[in-house]
Amino acid sequence: MGLVSYIPRPSKISVALYQRKLLPNVYDFIALVIIMSILALIGIGAEGMHQTLIKLQASPIELSISNLPRYALYTTLRMFAAILASLIFTFIVATLAAKNQRAGSIIIPILDILQSVPVLGFLTFTVPLCMGLYPGNEIGVEMAAIFAVFTAQAWNMAFSFYQSLRTVPQNLKDASTGFCLNKWQTFWCLEVPFAIPGLVWNTMMSMSGSWFFIVAAEAISIGNTQISLPGIGSWLGLAIANKDLAAVCWAALTMGIVILIYDQIIFRPIVAWADKFSMGQTASQQQPKSWVYDVIKNTKSLALIMQPLRSLFDAILCFKWPNIFNIKAELIIPQQNNNRLDRIFNIVWFLSLLAITAIAIIVLFNYLYLTISLKELTWVFILGGITSLRVFVLVLLASLIWVPIGVWVGLRPRVVAWVQPVAQFLAAFPANILFPIFVVGIVQYKLNPDIWLSPLMILGTQWYIFFNVIAGVTVFPNDLKEAASIYRVSSWEWWRSVMLPGIFPYYITGALTATGGSWNASIVAEVVSWGTTHIEAHGLGAYIADATTAGDFHKVVLGVAVMSIFVIFFNKIFWGRLYAYAAQHTGID
Amino acid sequence: MEKNNALVEVKDLHHYYTKGSGGDFLVLENINLTLYENEIVCLLGRSGSGKSTLLRCISGLLQPTEGAITMQDKPLDGPRDGIGLVFQSFALFPWLNVLENVELGLKTQRLKEDERRQRALKAIDMIGLDGNESAYPRELSGGMQQRVGVARALVIRPLLLLMDEPFSALDVLTAEVLRTDLLDLWIEGQMTLKSILLVTHNIEEAVLMADRILLFGSNPGRIISEIKVTMPQPRNRLAPDFRSLVDSIYEKMTTREPNRPLSGDGLFPGVGMGMVLQHISTNILQGLLETLATNYNGQADLPKLVETLGTNDGEIEILKIAETLQLLRFCEVSGGDIRLTPKGQAFAVGDIDERKTLFRDHLKTYVPLAMHIKMVLDARHDHTAPMSRFLDEVEDFMPKEAAAQTMDTVIAWARYAELFAYNEETKECYLEQV
Repeated sequence: MGLVSYIPRPSKISVALYQRKLLPNVYDFIALVIIMSILALIGIGAEGMHQTLIKLQASPIELSISNLPRYALYTTLRMFAAILASLIFTFIVATLAAKNQRAGSIIIPILDILQSVPVLGFLTFTVPLCMGLYPGNEIGVEMAAIFAVFTAQAWNMAFSFYQSLRTVPQNLKDASTGFCLNKWQTFWCLEVPFAIPGLVWNTMMSMSGSWFFIVAAEAISIGNTQISLPGIGSWLGLAIANKDLAAVCWAALTMGIVILIYDQIIFRPIVAWADKFSMGQTASQQQPKSWVYDVIKNTKSLALIMQPLRSLFDAILCFKWPNIFNIKAELIIPQQNNNRLDRIFNIVWFLSLLAITAIAIIVLFNYLYLTISLKELTWVFILGGITSLRVFVLVLLASLIWVPIGVWVGLRPRVVAWVQPVAQFLAAFPANILFPIFVVGIVQYKLNPDIWLSPLMILGTQWYIFFNVIAGVTVFPNDLKEAASIYRVSSWEWWRSVMLPGIFPYYITGALTATGGSWNASIVAEVVSWGTTHIEAHGLGAYIADATTAGDFHKVVLGVAVMSIFVIFFNKIFWGRLYAYAAQHTGID
Repeated sequence: MEKNNALVEVKDLHHYYTKGSGGDFLVLENINLTLYENEIVCLLGRSGSGKSTLLRCISGLLQPTEGAITMQDKPLDGPRDGIGLVFQSFALFPWLNVLENVELGLKTQRLKEDERRQRALKAIDMIGLDGNESAYPRELSGGMQQRVGVARALVIRPLLLLMDEPFSALDVLTAEVLRTDLLDLWIEGQMTLKSILLVTHNIEEAVLMADRILLFGSNPGRIISEIKVTMPQPRNRLAPDFRSLVDSIYEKMTTREPNRPLSGDGLFPGVGMGMVLQHISTNILQGLLETLATNYNGQADLPKLVETLGTNDGEIEILKIAETLQLLRFCEVSGGDIRLTPKGQAFAVGDIDERKTLFRDHLKTYVPLAMHIKMVLDARHDHTAPMSRFLDEVEDFMPKEAAAQTMDTVIAWARYAELFAYNEETKECYLEQV
């Protein structure tokens, strides 16, 4: 099998994030307030609805192994529905943000904030809402689960696409315009192809990250509403309730096979195909390979299928838009200084933003102030502090373990060739399937949950540190390694001034991803159960999880808002600075 | 070749860039030119003189602030079919193979797929690329990539071919071969072309190819002279007429224009704080001074100097270096010659410390921006000031990119001269405490 490693670059999203100003600005604030007030509004609507919901038991889950392939298929299909939705979202929203400066000035901070909102928090709101839209019908719950996964995937994809659209090389733009391509044609012939490598990479990262969420989203209870969609996640939920350890292992095995197949059949061929769109003038050294892609490429009959597709593409290109869309090729027109209409429009735009923000503040204030005491608020912030301490310590521990191992592996190309795909596989594997196995141990030995539940948060996300470090070592210039050995740099000095600075930007990317993932995971990792035994650690994740189980939407909104604030704060103040520092001192773009 | 009808006419064209703090920066001043059928015209001038901007105006990519451009008596107000474009950087789409890149120009024309393919293959064949149809740009050498660029421009059967420094990214030999091939095609009349407009900063290239050379002056960009080249093709670089024409163009380019205010700094655009500095490293400046002193006895003929130092786009490079040395009063440039001043001579034979002292004195005296920064730093009691502050001041005099380049240059020179230091991280200029 063509298990040849593919080396990731520091992902474009983090670059997009930190090229902007480090300190949160007024737009970040506006975005945060608007998003939270929308959640509050959905909460108000959902509270009314979920009282009337009946327990949904359309197709009960059975723990029989013959059902497992079917469940795995359902889970996978949900995943692909979500990725399709994310792609559509990306194409529309990111394009709008890139093409329209005014829209961009608010869309980008909103995406930025949404990236920091814990995904599982969305589920609490969307499940009742979607069920309300399709009362008594399974479709509503399906939609809710798919939407939850969508929220785990879409934002960084949109970011990457936006970033690409903004950095299309001027000479290619000139060439397109010079050859009379209109805006619509330029979009499909230049802008989309240019964006493909970044978009593909981010889509794949999103897919990897969201197996975790699809498992979590399939079985959830909000207040009295008990949801279990046929899928691996529900199988797992039932296995936990029945204390059936064998069933847990079966779920893990099935998931492993699913991810392996997905990796070989979909991930790798697409990555191999996308390499063609990278801008490098010379053929890249680590060309991603895929045996499936090679087979497809060499299949004669495929040309037959491709031909109509190509004609379709040409037809799309020649589509005649009505004149009102003004898709005429973009001319560079000298700036006009005093365009009065433009100024008026700017004022109107700003005023309406101001009005929306004011309304959002009022909504949030009403929703939270009347029900949440100051004591509660302080308590939630303290819990947030506890969880951030946990995340921080875990990322530090994971770094201490995986950075040296990653460097050791990275220096040995033969080892990289098989370790890298394994690390990527482990990053995609939904760690929550393995939680019960840990829980059994904690219950058995009566361990302190505040300490021993913590490792679960980083179980699935530590691999991001690992494979990013490997990637960093692999691209580390060989002549620098040689120079270091010629000057007989001592081993401590070698780590301090050769290797660690060299991999720093890659490490930051990995650690940033791991941190974000761990925050999200805290919602399912700080509260776990085995049969009727519940174990709980103190923390913001547990707070949100408990509020969800209790159906207390006010507390969920509060918890989600506070967690978002923590994540934004750490991203901007801590990671953002480190990233800027890395960019400046190691000369990466 | 007989003179024919006018193909493109540019009338009273002015172009401004809007500057940050109000006011405009004049890039092109009062351009009037006519392109006739059956001629190759070269726009020759130093980089940054605005000749590429003019080309972009004629191509329809850029709308000039004032003035009218007509093509075959119809106003030109956007890109159109009759114009093919060739870029300095090739501008090929890396994800399309050669054939697809060439077909791209035809995508907008509603052609049958067969016809599209036929025409693309013919263009590929004509430019000598057959056999490479399915190769991707990254698999090709620079010369082959530019051939794709030319084929892509020709496939739309243009009347006018606009080329923006098409050979300057190639090595000397490749550029020569491609130039010859293009001239052969032109002379054989295989193309639908009526006229070629080529932008270049390479004097020999202009003399080799052009029927007419328009000499471009900078700041603001304007046509300062028109030179007809009547030598028959193919032209011989070593022929006496060829050499004397090259020499005379050198002379024109290094002579101060009459009717222009003498800015006190020779050929440099701008005066005082508004002086645009070329980013030339102190290593290169030292190198040329040493060469002049040791190999040429302090005085050299510029074209000869280029020949010995020889690079593809050497001429303008050498001119830039020479002008920078003149600005710093280490050399004098006139009539195609370059001569060391006594200080330049002293610099060339001095040791590191003497050189630094000389360079520092001249930098303070002849580059007002350097002196200004030094004075500001002296006046502050922490001897530190943000770079952006000076950049803002410079941007009042010139476009953004020129300002950034000027700032970079002054910092690099000041670092060498130990006039002041600069912290990349904090973006601050400061005085090193002794």
